[in-house]
Amino acid sequence: MSEGGELLNIDYGVGGVTTEMRPRQEGDDLHSDTMILNLGPAHPATHGTVRIVAELSGEKILNADVEVGYLHRGFEKMCETVTYNQVMPYADRLNYVSPIINNVGWCLTVEKLLGIEVPKRAQYVRVVMSELSRVCDHLTCLGASAMELGAFTVMLYMMQAREYLWELIEEVTGARLTISYGRVGGLKDDLPADFHEKMKSAFRGIRKHLENCDRLLTRNRIFIDRMCDVAPLTCEQVMQYGITGPLGRASGFDYDVRRDFPYSSYEDFEFEVPLGEKGDNYDRFLVRFQELFQSLRICEQAMEQMPKGDISVEDPRIVLSPKDEVYNSIDGMINHFEMVIFGVKPPKGDVYIPVEGGNGELGFYTVSDGTGRPYKVHVRAPSFIHMGAVREMLIGQTIADVVPTFGMVNMIGGECDR
Amino acid sequence: MPVRNGEREERSKELLARLQDKLGSYLVRSELSLGDAEVEISAESAGEFFRLLKLDSELGFNVFLDVTAVDWMDSRDERFELVYHLMSHPRLDRIRVKISLPESSPKVASVAELWAAANFMEREVYDMYGIDFIGHPDQRRILMYDEFTGYPLRKDYPVQGKQPRIPLRSPEVENTARQMNRESLSSGLVQIGQGRIEQDLSGQQLGGQQLGGQRRAEG
Repeated sequence: MSEGGELLNIDYGVGGVTTEMRPRQEGDDLHSDTMILNLGPAHPATHGTVRIVAELSGEKILNADVEVGYLHRGFEKMCETVTYNQVMPYADRLNYVSPIINNVGWCLTVEKLLGIEVPKRAQYVRVVMSELSRVCDHLTCLGASAMELGAFTVMLYMMQAREYLWELIEEVTGARLTISYGRVGGLKDDLPADFHEKMKSAFRGIRKHLENCDRLLTRNRIFIDRMCDVAPLTCEQVMQYGITGPLGRASGFDYDVRRDFPYSSYEDFEFEVPLGEKGDNYDRFLVRFQELFQSLRICEQAMEQMPKGDISVEDPRIVLSPKDEVYNSIDGMINHFEMVIFGVKPPKGDVYIPVEGGNGELGFYTVSDGTGRPYKVHVRAPSFIHMGAVREMLIGQTIADVVPTFGMVNMIGGECDR
Repeated sequence: MPVRNGEREERSKELLARLQDKLGSYLVRSELSLGDAEVEISAESAGEFFRLLKLDSELGFNVFLDVTAVDWMDSRDERFELVYHLMSHPRLDRIRVKISLPESSPKVASVAELWAAANFMEREVYDMYGIDFIGHPDQRRILMYDEFTGYPLRKDYPVQGKQPRIPLRSPEVENTARQMNRESLSSGLVQIGQGRIEQDLSGQQLGGQQLGGQRRAEG
């Protein structure tokens, strides 16, 4: 970019951020007028509905406007009309690749309002399930991105690895994609008896697949050429744009909610937070890849140290009573009715709880007015915030770089547009 | 150093004391809310307050996490409340800042100049609550479409509210024309669409700009 011609500050009026750009000159790739190219909203390579309007000079992107909102379903408005526990299935459909993390985030938010802490066992199970979700999330992201660059085998290996996990998750929750496993005050169910054994064998399979993927990708010339030095962000830029999670860590922004603001007993486990240096797509790939192993590590530790005990608090105003009480005693019946019709009633107040989602800091801000329905719910959706920086990433890149960059940002439509 | 659950309240207290010391004159109210530091400031002082919050070396809130609004309807004198969440890294302080805004003219200074992250988030608040961010570089709807009327997250917007369908538009032009330089726009489109112009049966003289819509209608 910098060779030839002086750098000018040109405000192209899109997104408002002035970008340093060299005016087009003779000798550039294609000596013609710039072209406007529409990518999306339904483009085969954008997994999610997003529209990028790019202004091109030859293949080079001079300017881009990123438009989101095509999957807007009014999550926040819907939440205001249902009880706290009924938000759970909606929360599943935010980041549907790692739904349990959303569940956990929402549960923690309501529990903080209620001023309760769930039993240790529930916290550990939440950690295990969150980390399994995170692995699914990263596998999907990396597999899809690799496929878009032609590495179809990698995609199949990663989908196979994810399948092991989905089977495991199905064992626990009875569902595969939108799980609704969390409950305010605990969890839907305990782990099945043979979960640890099954997890071990699934992890063996996953590790084998990851090893293969590592061999296929990490030192692959084509992959490196497509990923290295593409769409880099500095640590400073990352903080400016509020980017967190693997995308931020790839640029060296040393922040992980699990480590820095431990929730749900994350402080009991040992894990590392991988950091990148250059902040290009290749670093983003490496960081995500390393995080897979760290997540597996956390799961193993949690299963080994798994405490015995309940998986829910014992308070009929917060969790449903056991079924034999409901059918055989009058207070059980009343409690059940109250819970189903009116739901949990946290005291007045507001709270913001961050958890480490698949893509970054996933925050729930909720206001309670003392009734059984939230007065206001807001999600700090990492995908949405990261989309704000995509323009910055794309400018100066070529049109072919849009797809891998977008893949590494891992925008999840449900979470981004809510 | 990680901030563990037990330490959060202590740290919030310490932060509030530091804020009181540094920016005390701006604070309308400062308190602990379930262990989190929370302050309220007036809408007029927002720009100055946030600038100091970011640039002061002892505060240094360099990560803009979130902004949203709460619609209090009639239960408060001032209908809207903006809620900001910020973090300082690597010190790992967190703060919640609230600003009350009247129903008649809900407006506040934009902080998109200080934190680029605020650009998208303020657009969302504008889109959902109709709060005006003065000095925002690009304030337009983000999740809803331009033709949408009203602000969906306001409490007086009906949950089942329906709006009429909008007419088909040519995607190439509608949004881009506003933002991008007109000249480059039309030349680009003519290049893309030249082959299709003769195929139009309506007899209308089709400029390249209508092409997108036409193609959609056919498909």
